[in-house]
Amino acid sequence: MKPALPPRATRGRSLKLLTCPLNGSRNISEFTYGGEYHATPNHLTTSARDWAEHVFFHDNAAGVVTEWWCHTASSFWFLAERNTITDEIIRTFKAEEIYTQRVDFSTINPESRS
Amino acid sequence: MPFGLLKYGLSRNYPAKHHFTPSKDLKRHYDVVIIGGGGHGAAIAYNLAKYHGITNVAILEKGYLGGGNTARNTAVIRSNYLTEAGVKFYSESVKLFNNLSNEFNYNVMMENRGQLTLAHSDATIRSFRWRAEVNQHMGVRSELVDRQTIAELVPNLNMSEDSRFPILAGLWHADGATARHDAVAWGYAKGACDRGVELHQLTEVEDIDITSGRVTAVKTNRGRVECGCVVQAVAGASSIVAKKAGIPLPIHCYPLQAMVTQPYKPILTPHVSSPQVHVYVHQTSRGEFVVGGGSDPYPLYNTRATLDQRETLSAAAMELFPFLAQARLLRQWAGTTDMTPDYSPIMGLSPVENYYLDAGWGTWGFKATPICGVTMAELVATKKVPDIIKPFELERFYRFEQINEAGATAASH
Repeated sequence: MKPALPPRATRGRSLKLLTCPLNGSRNISEFTYGGEYHATPNHLTTSARDWAEHVFFHDNAAGVVTEWWCHTASSFWFLAERNTITDEIIRTFKAEEIYTQRVDFSTINPESRS
Repeated sequence: MPFGLLKYGLSRNYPAKHHFTPSKDLKRHYDVVIIGGGGHGAAIAYNLAKYHGITNVAILEKGYLGGGNTARNTAVIRSNYLTEAGVKFYSESVKLFNNLSNEFNYNVMMENRGQLTLAHSDATIRSFRWRAEVNQHMGVRSELVDRQTIAELVPNLNMSEDSRFPILAGLWHADGATARHDAVAWGYAKGACDRGVELHQLTEVEDIDITSGRVTAVKTNRGRVECGCVVQAVAGASSIVAKKAGIPLPIHCYPLQAMVTQPYKPILTPHVSSPQVHVYVHQTSRGEFVVGGGSDPYPLYNTRATLDQRETLSAAAMELFPFLAQARLLRQWAGTTDMTPDYSPIMGLSPVENYYLDAGWGTWGFKATPICGVTMAELVATKKVPDIIKPFELERFYRFEQINEAGATAASH
């Protein structure tokens, strides 16, 4: 992995903008980083060890990553594709692109309920 | 007569001495391969060679010796941490630092100047009491001090009660110190190379061969090297290198930015930090004021400097030391901090049997250099995890036994 210089357009630019899918282009200081996007493990079948890995461990990749961001002022959560080497935001999109149907947490394992 | 010096320069009786291994080809096999030629890697090699007689060791460094976070940290040495595991570990490191110049016969410019953390709120005073009690219990010099004592320790600090966040009290850590960070890496590397360790710079590990749960070789841009075991000590590149060995880590990399002013005559003795305005300041022995501790708000593998951080760090530094408003900045830079969720390092065994981890050094790596060298070398030599680093093993995250080190960074707690 060879760290590349940021492209000329972003080098030394003081104001960094992020496009919120709800509120449009805003200063990045209005946003909160929310961690890497990973598919949520199945809450009925996942072991404690796998949950620990899901919660604490990260890809921490050098390159293009998909991650959660939140527009702090409006509490709107969305996803972004970002290059962690060049510090460029490639695109932002609403969570409904990935979550096409409602996640069902209602089937609670009766054994774990007691 | 200055020409007299030429006789030493040109005479065969006074040959130029190489501190480190002159470049040569990699051997086919090393007993120990250390990935990463920073302070930690060099310290591990030094301890292996000097105290365990293991000298068939190669340090593989992608760039140059001590050119990563060893060069980018702000050289703060202290042990006023909060957890028992943390205080025990870092106080051993401070003790080793105090004897380092003698150990090397090489000056690391250790200066025991003390460290003062400021409280601007009652909540912070409570946490300082807690920290002071834990520290004193563990034999570390750390005490809560009042405004008058602070004014005596740092006469030019802004003690006005009309400032945005007036100073209420402080945590005085007499054991706090600073040293020349480059010299620490050079001292360890020189001592290691004198005893037969090979330092290979511009040597990047591209892949790691693992056969039935054991590492057998590393592939580098200069060829393949077989090895008895591997120690990874690569700080900001921890996740990237560990991934080559198939080991996931609980690490996110954030740039940490700092800057220095033009040099002044000596006017500030201790290291001063404020969790509230989020800055720390100390004056180097060269006279420059080091202003530090601004993490970027999202992960990045990029060491650019930003105006945002320059503004917030400057504003905070000026609030503590108004005369710095006149100072010109010489440099601003960033280092890639490999942050763990609990602000403690990851040291010791990994899922790969003979692959040892020295990672997750975030913003606390430099001060741990000597103890890390001692303990990791002991682990490699004896295959037993020393008690003092046992709490920091990677497995703790799977057992939900994190070491919540709230005293880890001088500025953010």
